[in-house]
Amino acid sequence: MPVTTIDSRPVHVDQEGFLTEPDEWDEDLATALAAQIGITLGDDHWKAIRFLRNDFAARGETPTLRRVTVAGGIPTKELFALFPQKPAKKLAYVAGLPKPRGCV
Amino acid sequence: MRRLLVLGGGTAGTMVVNRLRRALPQREWQITVVDRDDDHCYQPGYLFLPFGTYTPDQVVRKRHAFIADGVDLVLGEVEHVDGDAESVLLVDGRVLDYDYLVIATGTSPRPDQTPGMLGRQWRRSIFDFYTYDGAVALAAALPSFDHGRLVVHVTEMPVKCPVAPLEFTFLVDAWLREQGLRDRVELVYVTPLSGAFTQPIASDLLGAMLEDRKILLETDFVVERVDDERKMLVSFDEREVPFDLLVTVPLNMGADFIGQSGLGDELNYVCVDKHTLRSTTHDNIFAIGDASDIPASKAGSVAHFSAEVFVDNFLQLVRGAPMTGSFDGHANCFVETGDGKALLIDFNYDTQPLPGRYPVPVIGPLSLLQESRANHLGKLAFRWVYWNVLLPGRPLPLPSRMSMAGKVAPVETTTATPPEED
Repeated sequence: MPVTTIDSRPVHVDQEGFLTEPDEWDEDLATALAAQIGITLGDDHWKAIRFLRNDFAARGETPTLRRVTVAGGIPTKELFALFPQKPAKKLAYVAGLPKPRGCV
Repeated sequence: MRRLLVLGGGTAGTMVVNRLRRALPQREWQITVVDRDDDHCYQPGYLFLPFGTYTPDQVVRKRHAFIADGVDLVLGEVEHVDGDAESVLLVDGRVLDYDYLVIATGTSPRPDQTPGMLGRQWRRSIFDFYTYDGAVALAAALPSFDHGRLVVHVTEMPVKCPVAPLEFTFLVDAWLREQGLRDRVELVYVTPLSGAFTQPIASDLLGAMLEDRKILLETDFVVERVDDERKMLVSFDEREVPFDLLVTVPLNMGADFIGQSGLGDELNYVCVDKHTLRSTTHDNIFAIGDASDIPASKAGSVAHFSAEVFVDNFLQLVRGAPMTGSFDGHANCFVETGDGKALLIDFNYDTQPLPGRYPVPVIGPLSLLQESRANHLGKLAFRWVYWNVLLPGRPLPLPSRMSMAGKVAPVETTTATPPEED
């Protein structure tokens, strides 16, 4: 897996830039990752990011948008406002988790 | 007497009971399969119904005719599974006790889950082809469509047979050309994915095929509602796609009783270990075919390959031995591309579809990721194989594990671009 430098520290990423080692992530890194895709994080972003981190820790996979809405209690409409165009991917990217499985 | 109860007598359930009936002694094992009706549908055939390639009687047979002697077929609707009491309650009040339970109730389109989809335009200008009734209704409506915007739409992943919406698009493009109508129709493919398909190499190829056919591609479109007055799909980020004829794949969900019994995820798919298909909550419950939450295609080929692994594992389990088989997510799908041709894709959990030959390396006769007439004939021939080889549980000379032999793997490239730029 390639290593790239974000926020002046090395992190392991996949071909599309998603972190492959969830443990290399912390909240400072999230701020830097968000800046890479033009997002400034506010409280509502953090609520979604923390749900993603906790759910991944419990279940071992990145939750789908539907799961963030149903289990995380954040309406899909709001997720599109917070992480425009590609909320599932952008949320996973900022949360330092694998891209949600495209569902083959 | 030990009791195996199977819920659902479709592709996966039928294969499993037939194989296990042969393998387990009658005097020791009672095998029961429950389904709501006695009609077994060849679901891949739905794709061809709107174009008149298949007639309705070619895709529906009697369910009981495919279930082995010595297996009890119970007709009834499942209400609830009590995993702790090891019993299943049917809607009519009957209770079926089990020692082992296999859930094979598949996945179903749920147009009721998208506001406006089941409104005034349903089966007038909005159709699905994932149900027998929907495909037959579309067959009746298609001949009177002669101009305007034809939109093919996928609501949310995962859907059963994820290539079918693309196949429908290619087939309708070819059909419009045959009718001399293609110039009068704007054809649009609307998907929640970021490309034509999920897997990168196949997605690029299929995306280029849409472009060659002048089919417009609308990506990252997550539908919020259908405005049936203005005949528009409206997304969560306020994009609008107008249509004159909408062929949609509604949200697919597992059976409601799975969620209500505490066995499933948000879409009522049974939560299982992806290699053994064993429930994460109960050691004597398994889920096979489309009913489980494994990250593989919801497709007959996956049902087939995983059923083989499951049957071998189950025979070990009931002997008291450890289960040694591990399902790799192997899927193998024909993709109709119109004009009597098709592609073939072969992949698993870890390896995306790659070009090459199948099933014999170099020789084929089928080509992977390449259009050919042989692939199309293979797809048509498969209907016979399904009824006569697959469902009875006879051996088909295709390994359940995916093989890399004869395939060309891409050179690994690293771009590390954030998702904004893909």
